[in-house]
Amino acid sequence: MKGRITGLSGPTVTVSIKGLKLYERVSVGEAGLAGEVVRLEKDKAVIQVYEDTRGLGIGEMVSGTGKAFHARLGPGLLLALFDGLQRPLKRLEEKTGPFVTKGSDISGLDHTIRWRFFPSKKNGEAVTSGDIIGYVMENNFNHYIAFHDEREGRISWIRHDDFCLDDPVAKLEDGREIFGYHEWPVRIPMPYRKKFSPTEPLVTGQRCIDFLFPFGKGGTAIMPGGFGTGKTILEQSIAKYAEADIVVYVGCGERGNEIAEMIEEFHLLDDAWTDRKLMDRTLLVVNTSNMPVSAREASIYTAVTMAEYYRNMGYHVLFLADSISRWAEALREISSSLEEMPGEEGYPTYLSSRLSGFLERAGVVETMNGKIGSLSMIISVSPAGGDFTEPVTQSCMRTSGAFLMLDTALAHRRQFPAVNWLHSYSLYEKDITAYYRDTIAPAWDDLKKRCKEILQREETLREVVEVVGVEGLQDEDRLVMIAAERIRMEFLCQNAYTEDAFSLPEQTLSKISAILKFFDTAAAGIREGKPLDEIRAEKTGITTGENV
Amino acid sequence: MRLSEHKYQTISSMAGPLLFVEKVFSARIGEMVRILTPEGVDMDGEILEIAEDTVLIQVYGEIHGLDSENTSVILTDSIKKVGLSPEVIGRLFNGSFLPIDGAPLYIPEKWVPVNGFPMNPVSRARPEEFIETGVSVIDGLNTLVKGQKLPLFSCAGLPAKEVIAQILKYARAVSEKHPGEYNVSKKNAFVIVFAALGVALQEFSFYMNVLEEMGGGFVAFVNRADETVMERLLTPRCALTTAEYLAFEQGMDVLVVITDMTNYCDALREISTARKELPGRRGYPGYMYSDLASLYERAGRIHEKPGSVTMLPLVTMPEDDITHPIPDLTGYITEGQIVLSRKLYQKEIFPPVDVLPSLSRLMQRGIGEGRTRKDHRAVSSLLYKYYALGDELRRLESIVGREGMAEKDRLMLDFADSFEREFVHQGVLRRDISGTLDTGLGLIKRFGLEEAR
Repeated sequence: MKGRITGLSGPTVTVSIKGLKLYERVSVGEAGLAGEVVRLEKDKAVIQVYEDTRGLGIGEMVSGTGKAFHARLGPGLLLALFDGLQRPLKRLEEKTGPFVTKGSDISGLDHTIRWRFFPSKKNGEAVTSGDIIGYVMENNFNHYIAFHDEREGRISWIRHDDFCLDDPVAKLEDGREIFGYHEWPVRIPMPYRKKFSPTEPLVTGQRCIDFLFPFGKGGTAIMPGGFGTGKTILEQSIAKYAEADIVVYVGCGERGNEIAEMIEEFHLLDDAWTDRKLMDRTLLVVNTSNMPVSAREASIYTAVTMAEYYRNMGYHVLFLADSISRWAEALREISSSLEEMPGEEGYPTYLSSRLSGFLERAGVVETMNGKIGSLSMIISVSPAGGDFTEPVTQSCMRTSGAFLMLDTALAHRRQFPAVNWLHSYSLYEKDITAYYRDTIAPAWDDLKKRCKEILQREETLREVVEVVGVEGLQDEDRLVMIAAERIRMEFLCQNAYTEDAFSLPEQTLSKISAILKFFDTAAAGIREGKPLDEIRAEKTGITTGENV
Repeated sequence: MRLSEHKYQTISSMAGPLLFVEKVFSARIGEMVRILTPEGVDMDGEILEIAEDTVLIQVYGEIHGLDSENTSVILTDSIKKVGLSPEVIGRLFNGSFLPIDGAPLYIPEKWVPVNGFPMNPVSRARPEEFIETGVSVIDGLNTLVKGQKLPLFSCAGLPAKEVIAQILKYARAVSEKHPGEYNVSKKNAFVIVFAALGVALQEFSFYMNVLEEMGGGFVAFVNRADETVMERLLTPRCALTTAEYLAFEQGMDVLVVITDMTNYCDALREISTARKELPGRRGYPGYMYSDLASLYERAGRIHEKPGSVTMLPLVTMPEDDITHPIPDLTGYITEGQIVLSRKLYQKEIFPPVDVLPSLSRLMQRGIGEGRTRKDHRAVSSLLYKYYALGDELRRLESIVGREGMAEKDRLMLDFADSFEREFVHQGVLRRDISGTLDTGLGLIKRFGLEEAR
């Protein structure tokens, strides 16, 4: 399928061509830029080009590949870092140097690496789509290789030795060959048998999340916050410490230096849950803010497809994206160059349905081969001007299960993570808290209620303090202020650069229990008529209400 | 490649800096064009959009007096490039890379496209080497490191240009191998690339004097307030292309100072409106984030390569509003911000940097032993902590009065005042990093804040 360019505008190209399919991947111009068909008219097609279009000329050739824009899935994903088009950045660097030039099409997987294949099927066994036929070891993970073909078959030969991706791992009686990798169109969710809602917690290691707004495996959470509220630091802390088998992290339209820092750090740090290095379980997809806008739009789909691929092996995968607002802006930019009717703030009206379609790819599933895997998503949002009424935040809120509001005022007070405890919520709270109650401590639920209550009472008292000062409060109320301060500073605050950055549920529990115990003892003392200052001096050795 | 020059006289319409030309054959997007008139005007332009044989061209020059009958357009078959050579240092250019210091252009060693290419994220080295600006409140509390982009947020009427001048004159890269020494040797030298966008005459002469005082070690690009807005969009790109060349091909540490990004964004809005694009917040185009990122993200360092591009852009916040799209989008891209405050300016503190909202995200790796001084971290966190405390007590003071406050609270109020007067305020003198830390240490000791070692 070939045609010529007839029009160019920003990242979109008009081509006179017939017979292309919607969302088909095309190669544009002499440079062979990657593109995707986004609109078909009578005898022309509009193509969204994933690379810088500068230098493209009228009349250059465009050819269809016959395939939708896809990700290549197989062993080696965890060894590489990718851009939004699944180009391996390290091999790209070897080819083009430290700057990314155009039209460098490299396969996402390294076909030269040799893998040892461990078969789990025998000659003569029947296979249907989704069946696991064997595995290879990838960073100490069993990377299961499944059969992907709607037509079933019977194995006539299966490999027992080393191979590289160009070699088949098995053959069927009808002559078909099975390879160690396959391709999947990124905009279509990968198949599974059944989906369940989250009932088990996903421990993030962040006390404010695990305790106040618990998050479940298979759930979705959004973290909106203005600049300087620590979105990226929190995303990265979660990437480091969360209890997940595989972490897929998408740097979507964010800073390059942050990614450089993250790569360096993750190579050095150990996984808190196993004895692997952190990088061994982390799959990075990076499309920094200065890389082409339409590739940024594609990056989250590329990444989520790879996440689903590991989920289908029965792993618990955590998908982190920073930030979805940059994706939405890319969508807006493309929509505007297509001259579509704009909705709120210039975003296309399909923003909300695209977002919810995307967030729906999360969940706990029974895979085609009967394993249980999950895909959880924690996504940061960068609302313009820190205003949460803007369309991206609002669209995300409609579908996501947890809302962790990052507060500029808290960040200014250097309270990190700056999760606002009054406005955030988690719809998984009931189920997950029940789980913690049953597995960690029966008092979990009760402690949480009391913790929230103290924080709420502090909020009410704060107004009074503004007028009369702390000294003017009753001892009982002053105690609430003191306890709330301890909850904020000792419990909710976690310095991302110290050991305290990670807290197991047991540690979280003992920390909050200690604070509430202090509160109870002091409250009992006050009821007996002892002055608060005296009680504090006894308990902590601090004489007056410092920092209150 | 085209074999012959393509010349057209088929302009169908003109609107602002935009021309529509019809019946154009094989145009390329981003291609440079020359616009000629019978009167001898010769200007550059760039192809923005192509629909069949109609192209949309933006003009980089003065469009007054153009007509659609006699003006001709020549397609050059090349994208916008600038000619570079190490001899660029010490020169003064306009926004289109033409020398305006009276001397002729050197013979370029290399032609480089102004838009550059995005740096591969895996090639980036993390920024961690200290740059001394000579300004205490930046060096001590919001340390700038090589490869960082740290904007200066100012408000109209504040002495931002004096702060910029101070940094231009005083900034030094500290030698990696010998902390405490400066890189002044010819190899691995430190260079400032200065870009002034839309500067008025008064500012222009001010900066010219500063450059003269510096005597060298800079490359300057100036786009005056009465020059075209198209050129204003080109100026920072020329500056950054030069910076990348000096950094990654000549191995120098380059500090890019751009003033004022607000003028850049307004130019962007003007062009966007002329192109009839959908306006976003406050009329700025929806792609402003990506556009700004394409400039700011050019700061960085590369693994196993000498040289760095560090960026210090000035943003004047319209209406003193930090949530205005320009500072807002800038803040989302850059690694921190230095905020100037009207209150401190009224107290005659110079530079009037408000420490509390200021932040350098990359500071942690750039300070301490081997970078600045062992006690840097302790000094800066103590100063920040107690200044924040003292500043908060000022609110209480305004309610209950100084007399009604506890002894130790009054001490904190005094500390906040002294901190502003002695540490933040330094006048026009240069303070090196040990001078800065000693001043801080002196305050900590005097107020008995804590034993900082």
